[in-house]
Amino acid sequence: MKTTMTVNGQASTLDLDPRTTLLDALREHLNLKGSKKGCDHGQCGACTVLVNGVRINSCLSLAVMHDGDAVTTIEGLGVVGALHPLQEAFLKQDAFQCGYCTPGQICSAAGMLKELADNWPSQETADLTAAIVATDAEIRERMSGNICRCSAYPQILAAIRDVVGAVA
Amino acid sequence: MRPFTYERATDAASAVKAVSDNPNARFLAGGTNLLDLMKLEIEHPTHLVDVGRLPLAAIEETADGGLRIGAMATNSLVAADPRVRARYPVLAQAIIHGGSPQLRNKATVGGNLMQRTRCAYFYDTTKPCNKRQPGAGCSALEGLNRNAAILGASEHCIATNPSDMSVALTALGAGVEAMTATGAVRALTVADLHLAPGDTPHIETALSAGELITAVTLPPAPTGGQVYRKARDRASYAGGLAMVAVAGGQIALGGVAYKPWRALKAEAALAAGQTPAAAAEAELADARDSGRNAFKIALTTRLTVAAIAQAQGGKS
Amino acid sequence: MSSIADWATPNPVTENRSGLIGKAVDRYEGPLKVTGTAPYAYEVEAPSPPVQGAIVTSAIARGRVAAIDTAEAEASPGVLLVWTHKTIPAQGARGARINPRSQRPSSPVMDSDEVRYFGETVAFVVADTLENARAAAALIKVTYDELWAVVDFPASLGLAENPPGEEDVRIGDFETAFAAAPVTLDETYTSPIQNHVQMEPCATTAWWDGDKVTVHTSIQMVKGGQHALAETLMIPSDDVHLLTRYIGGGFGGKGQSYDDLSLAALAARELKRPVKVAYTRQQMMLGTIHRPATIQRVRLGATPDGRLTAFALDGYTHCARDALFTEHFANFARSLYAAPNRLTGHKLVKMDLPGAGPMRAPGEASGMLSLEVAMDELAEKLGLDPIQLRLINEPERDPETGKPFSIRQLARCMNEGAQHFGWDRRNPKPGQVRDGRWWVGMGMAAAIRADYLLPAKAGARITADGTITLLQGMTDIGTGTYTILAQITAETLGVPLSQVRVEIGDSNLPPAPGSGGQFGASTAGSAALDAGMKLRVALAHLAVGDPNSPLYGASPDLVTFDDGKIRFGNQSEDLSTLVARAAPEGVYAEGSISPPADRRDVSLHTYGAHFAEVGVDMDTGEVRMRRMYGVFAAGRILNAKTAKSQITGGMIWGVGTALTETNSVDPRYGSLINQDVGGYLVPVHADIVDLDAVFLDEVDDKANPMGIKGVGELGISGAGAAIANAIYNACGVRLRDYPMTPDKVLAGLIAAGL
Repeated sequence: MKTTMTVNGQASTLDLDPRTTLLDALREHLNLKGSKKGCDHGQCGACTVLVNGVRINSCLSLAVMHDGDAVTTIEGLGVVGALHPLQEAFLKQDAFQCGYCTPGQICSAAGMLKELADNWPSQETADLTAAIVATDAEIRERMSGNICRCSAYPQILAAIRDVVGAVA
Repeated sequence: MRPFTYERATDAASAVKAVSDNPNARFLAGGTNLLDLMKLEIEHPTHLVDVGRLPLAAIEETADGGLRIGAMATNSLVAADPRVRARYPVLAQAIIHGGSPQLRNKATVGGNLMQRTRCAYFYDTTKPCNKRQPGAGCSALEGLNRNAAILGASEHCIATNPSDMSVALTALGAGVEAMTATGAVRALTVADLHLAPGDTPHIETALSAGELITAVTLPPAPTGGQVYRKARDRASYAGGLAMVAVAGGQIALGGVAYKPWRALKAEAALAAGQTPAAAAEAELADARDSGRNAFKIALTTRLTVAAIAQAQGGKS
Repeated sequence: MSSIADWATPNPVTENRSGLIGKAVDRYEGPLKVTGTAPYAYEVEAPSPPVQGAIVTSAIARGRVAAIDTAEAEASPGVLLVWTHKTIPAQGARGARINPRSQRPSSPVMDSDEVRYFGETVAFVVADTLENARAAAALIKVTYDELWAVVDFPASLGLAENPPGEEDVRIGDFETAFAAAPVTLDETYTSPIQNHVQMEPCATTAWWDGDKVTVHTSIQMVKGGQHALAETLMIPSDDVHLLTRYIGGGFGGKGQSYDDLSLAALAARELKRPVKVAYTRQQMMLGTIHRPATIQRVRLGATPDGRLTAFALDGYTHCARDALFTEHFANFARSLYAAPNRLTGHKLVKMDLPGAGPMRAPGEASGMLSLEVAMDELAEKLGLDPIQLRLINEPERDPETGKPFSIRQLARCMNEGAQHFGWDRRNPKPGQVRDGRWWVGMGMAAAIRADYLLPAKAGARITADGTITLLQGMTDIGTGTYTILAQITAETLGVPLSQVRVEIGDSNLPPAPGSGGQFGASTAGSAALDAGMKLRVALAHLAVGDPNSPLYGASPDLVTFDDGKIRFGNQSEDLSTLVARAAPEGVYAEGSISPPADRRDVSLHTYGAHFAEVGVDMDTGEVRMRRMYGVFAAGRILNAKTAKSQITGGMIWGVGTALTETNSVDPRYGSLINQDVGGYLVPVHADIVDLDAVFLDEVDDKANPMGIKGVGELGISGAGAAIANAIYNACGVRLRDYPMTPDKVLAGLIAAGL
């Protein structure tokens, strides 16, 4: 069925089998292979993309559910030669090894920054009614939906810290 | 996934009609549970009615001083709502202890209430499971049942409800509004939503076919501390081994039964002036294990004692 | 002929004149990875859009396929092909080698009706789309004649036998010494089946051009995959072009090929169009190799002052019936501590489970979980600090072979780690430190991992623009191979990194053994260094023989390379100028490494020390890592950044091993029960708090020409034991059964009245 999405700023109309996940639509129909299939069941985060600015697992969403939505993938954040600050920081801090979870990590971090700015709580938020401070514990918890089996977690934290800035 | 047709609902009544008229139709909200199960050939709907964009996502004050949360509100938006955080911190805490941010951003309140068990035997279609195939038998009974129920189970099913959010809702005495096939909205409670497995574990809720949860209602916040505790194998992004929600004098347990378990015996014991330990033991007196989940009785008891003590200490 | 003594001669890497060796340069392929544009095997551009496969796996552990009904699947929309054991094209016989030089034999899929483990391929579908392929696969109905299967490891120890060609290793008289020892420890430790959980599931894209097949697949060993596929297809290996440029994690699990490779190639031939096939996450859990479970017994006898007199580590592990593999959990112990009377050995149970195989630090990763906890227990019995006990038993030479150590800085790792970590603040009495509802404790463990060097080749080419390309059939599984090969090549040729390209992961390139056993950097790097040296010689001869070169007539032996120039005395010219003028088609040279025989005369290992602080929740028995620090000695470090990432990654694997990772078998079905990453729990970000590591300055000139050693597997070795020891120090519960989940900790707390 016909589905129109704005992907990385470009409107695309696809004629899709309703079973097509958003992830497979991006990878197989729009040739945007940066979003990865790690588990296909919402358990690893490698497929994380931003839909209307909010991070979700694109493997657990049908593309047809996103008619009219704006989708941002890793390819929409930055390109070689014009990297997004998070991409720069991941590169500098060595926040990846095999690289397979990396696009999901970076998209997730981008979504997380907005959630922090919007003062959304996490389980590490001690006072639910106060302004949230982006402590290391907050960042770790908020990035826990993205598994990195190479286990670059300390480096990922450092990269995100580069972008968020130090906590006073 | 088997082939299916998809439609996006424009209003709740026609969505309810579409699903009521077709026994192989399902509502699709966030999709984080249903699509997972469809990929594994556990669910085989032939028609999906997408209710995710129905205008049922508002969070509003109610006349009695509570809140009414639209069923399509995402878990994240509920947890982030200032009124929820200020008055129902146990609900915000429960939600943010569940899943991952990405899942919470997609999952809805209604879908969370309807999520199915994470029992490994339910998920493996090569194994007998009475939920998937009534009469096939329960593989968990004598299997690797570390995470199985200790309360309210039957000889046909010992699966648990995995929801965090529902545990807090149960402790808060939340209600559910559901639209029936006639278009009427009826009220029930979260505590009464899930049915005991008995000999029909495949029938999981009190909702009839095609009935759509439209909202959750929160009564005015109880007086007293609110606490949510969850024990699990890793620090985040993991199902609970046991969960406890305390809201004033009201207590609910998670991960221990087919439903979020309102701990009425513990509440009564506390109301009668007994200690948290006595209250927890009163609630767990009827607990039964199936082998590898025996530790959950002690775990739940200890976690309950700690959560009550913390709530009584006024901290949340 | 050659000798490790030759490696004392300086070379560009050891001289490191431009300082590229050891420098924390960013990953060579990093820009592609952070932008999502590095194409992994399922993502490569094929000559035409590939159709997609779906695999159906067995629902029993052992038996025969009685019947398969594929009619519905064949009639399902978009289906192009359905194969079962009855219809799949002919393949090379299992284990056969047409070409005796093949590194791997034929690995046919569905070659009979036999089922050998739960999760084995029994049917295969190709359709126009993945959605159609998977839907059709779900319609295939298989019935089985089931046979009794050996699937319950602890219940099957009676079937254990010695691994092929192995006996227990005995030095002195262990039994007598143990019986006479004033202080003894005799405990059994168990570790579970583990899964690699590489983020990228196995995947292959294949297409044919005439008689030749091109496959892009996710594999750690280029030649192994090429040869296995050639034997399976019964074609010459030259007709298989295997590429594996980007690999989404390996950890040993992708050291071999799986059915995706054979099926994609066979189906692409049959359908005459590109085909791609990937495993699902569930299939990764069920149908790839895993680290086998172990049951290990440690017996230690010591004098009251802590000197080990009797030392034994032996026990059981398991493997598949027809794919023998031994998790050598006791081997490392032969080189770790001094003791005159010693016993080490393994017993192997052949089981009807998916294959056992190498997973990050095979042997050490399992064995150190037992011995390094036993040492902690013995230290407590002796009233000694755990570090002191280890220092007392530091050997002067390899305790079993008597060989000299190439270099051994274990003591320094422990001492410097202790100082940095604040080990002196540890209260040796458990359960004494509280932080809110948490008991807090510290633990430590030693780390040792053997160091290997294998034969390899490499090519280096300079083109007229001055670009130098390092060419090697090597892989980068996230270890940093691309980057260190670029550094070695740039340093060797005296050019900036920006002038170097690296091409690896291609069976047409000079062969290297691939990634595994933490031998990759040493092996591939040494060959790259030699290739660079050979290219220097060729360029020197080119220059001194060219009348138009300012170096004309100079002695080629005295020519030097730096700053992108070739130089003799005051005379120099840019490499690009020389090549463009004198060899516009470019210059290519090949180098190699071959371990000299006398390398075996030294005991070669990497070493380290782990320090961990954990909290134990008093209510629930949940354990959370709070702090972890490691000090490691692994020879010269090629890249401070990527090496540290390898090490910290390994340490985090130790956290998962200690606390969460286990793949349980339900013996009624012979199947692993946790089949996804929601059931098999690896550490997530929130589990890893305040973790850091450092390397000691070290050069090991007996290891290889560069004086480096591997770092990929050292970090996990011992890490889990440090966590286990910290749990005990925190709350007084001594667990010997991994992983140490809340149910086990809680049982200990309750038993202790806590």
